[in-house]
Amino acid sequence: MIRLLLKQMAQRFLKRKPAVICLIFMLGVVLGGIFAPWLAPHDPTEVALKFKLLAPGGQFPLGTDDMGRCVFSRLLYGTRASLGSAFVVMIIALMIGTTIGTFSAYKGGHIDNILMRLCDIFLSFPSLVIVLVIVGVLGPGLINVMISMILVQWLWYVRIVRSLVLSITSRSFIDAAKVAGTSDRVIIWTHILPNVLPQLIVLSTIDLGSLILHFSGYSFLGLGIQPPTPEWGMMIENGRRFIRSTPELMYYPGILITLVVISLNLIGDALRDIFDGNYQ
Amino acid sequence: MRAYIIKRLITLVPVLFGVTILTFILIHMVPVDPAQAYMTACKIPITEKALASVRVELGLDRPLVEQYVSWLGKAVQLDFGKSYVSQDPVFQEITHSFPNTMLLTLAAFSWLILISLPLGFLSAVFKDSPFDHLSRIFTFVGASIPGFWLGFLLIQLFAMKLNILPIMGKGSWQHLVLPSLTLALNYAATYTRILRAGVLENLNQPFILYAEARGLKQRIIFGKHAFKNALLPVVNAFGVSFGYMLAGSVVVEVVFAWPGLGRLITSSVFNRDYPMIQGYVLLMAIVFVISNLLADIISTLIDPRIRIGDDKVAA
Repeated sequence: MIRLLLKQMAQRFLKRKPAVICLIFMLGVVLGGIFAPWLAPHDPTEVALKFKLLAPGGQFPLGTDDMGRCVFSRLLYGTRASLGSAFVVMIIALMIGTTIGTFSAYKGGHIDNILMRLCDIFLSFPSLVIVLVIVGVLGPGLINVMISMILVQWLWYVRIVRSLVLSITSRSFIDAAKVAGTSDRVIIWTHILPNVLPQLIVLSTIDLGSLILHFSGYSFLGLGIQPPTPEWGMMIENGRRFIRSTPELMYYPGILITLVVISLNLIGDALRDIFDGNYQ
Repeated sequence: MRAYIIKRLITLVPVLFGVTILTFILIHMVPVDPAQAYMTACKIPITEKALASVRVELGLDRPLVEQYVSWLGKAVQLDFGKSYVSQDPVFQEITHSFPNTMLLTLAAFSWLILISLPLGFLSAVFKDSPFDHLSRIFTFVGASIPGFWLGFLLIQLFAMKLNILPIMGKGSWQHLVLPSLTLALNYAATYTRILRAGVLENLNQPFILYAEARGLKQRIIFGKHAFKNALLPVVNAFGVSFGYMLAGSVVVEVVFAWPGLGRLITSSVFNRDYPMIQGYVLLMAIVFVISNLLADIISTLIDPRIRIGDDKVAA
């Protein structure tokens, strides 16, 4: 049954050419990041001033930056920081948010009220303000930026999961399960979470894109990852100093970020249509 | 309506309390001592003796609650302390740079309306035409492009290649064009998309069919029925985005060296200038509550169906 459903969904996904292309592109980028040590022709942090600002070609497929570092290798390794950090932030926030959101919706009461007030205060601010304040107090650094991004993000998921769960608990099959004497734990795991999951997958795909955008912005401001670790946002910041002579330095990471975010948005849209189709 | 506005403004009080207390706790919870941050920012060499005297000077030796109450007492009189770095009052620094950020945001807001309204409306009316396809590409790319990168691309094109606009800084109105456009484009893309979907959805409604049956002109059907109804949900979102753009200007200000609040707060963040951060949070909280309130008021004014906080009319 489930296998059939998955097969149908896969078929429907394959009909969407743009989304398929995006998925292949994303797989390529992710694999490039994972296998960077084997794929990269050079050490991304190796400084060699005699090779500085070289044009693409030869042993440097995309040329070198102002410190003679291989741009292609830096882009490959940068995937780890740019995509990886955003992914970790999303997974942690999603797990905390889903757990607390489900609990809050299912149990209600005082905790539910307090959480919702907390959401009201935090979510009325843009994440940038909160991240600036937390990083301002904790100090710049990758871990601090990730912590503050998680702090902002989990409340979103609490609110969304809560409303999704509430819409399901009001359905009659949950009442039926309760009457049949099913335990809360089983109801949550077998009836509620599987119904919430499709929406969460769509949401987190699109959110991942916006987290990547935000993360690169924080790196650009110098709040996040510190040099010499390669990261796309920071590569743009570094490349902008050579905007007149070698603008390619800032083109490559910018194009990559944009393509990745577009891909995630298109994949998310396709997934949404597919899941919606299943409900009909 | 007036009662509603007053009620909403009163909700500002707990928000401000909550936000300032949270920041206060955060500042005193971290391992870095504010006295140490102060001395680093002032470039005073850190010794045990100097540290102790700075603690007394900043009142850090007193209990936390007492410190907060004394901060609050001064804050009510618009005294937010002095910046650790410049030694100028925080209030003065903020009021000095805030108008620049406001100007930038207002200009960006005009771009947002100028771009997204016509684009969203026309691409819905001419659905599946080449214009619609172009506009949809714009919405996809515009929503996915990093703002700061876009800023550099615009600088390169308009300021360097075409040489028609200044690169950065503040001065004439030309200086405002690129930063505000950069700030607006992400939002413009999103709203074009929402508006297009809204108009299309409204065009499928029975009242459009009825209007056509009545023999109304296409222009009136599109303009008065479809467009106006699609606009309503967007207007409220516009108000909320105003606050977001105001905060988001941080990145754009750094790109274009625009002397606003964003530049001030980023340098404060790097220097751990706590009084400045505290003042910034407070200002942002006020800005957000007020811009959300304005958004609600405006949508009530255009859409008589919504009568927030006025139960008599609704009933």
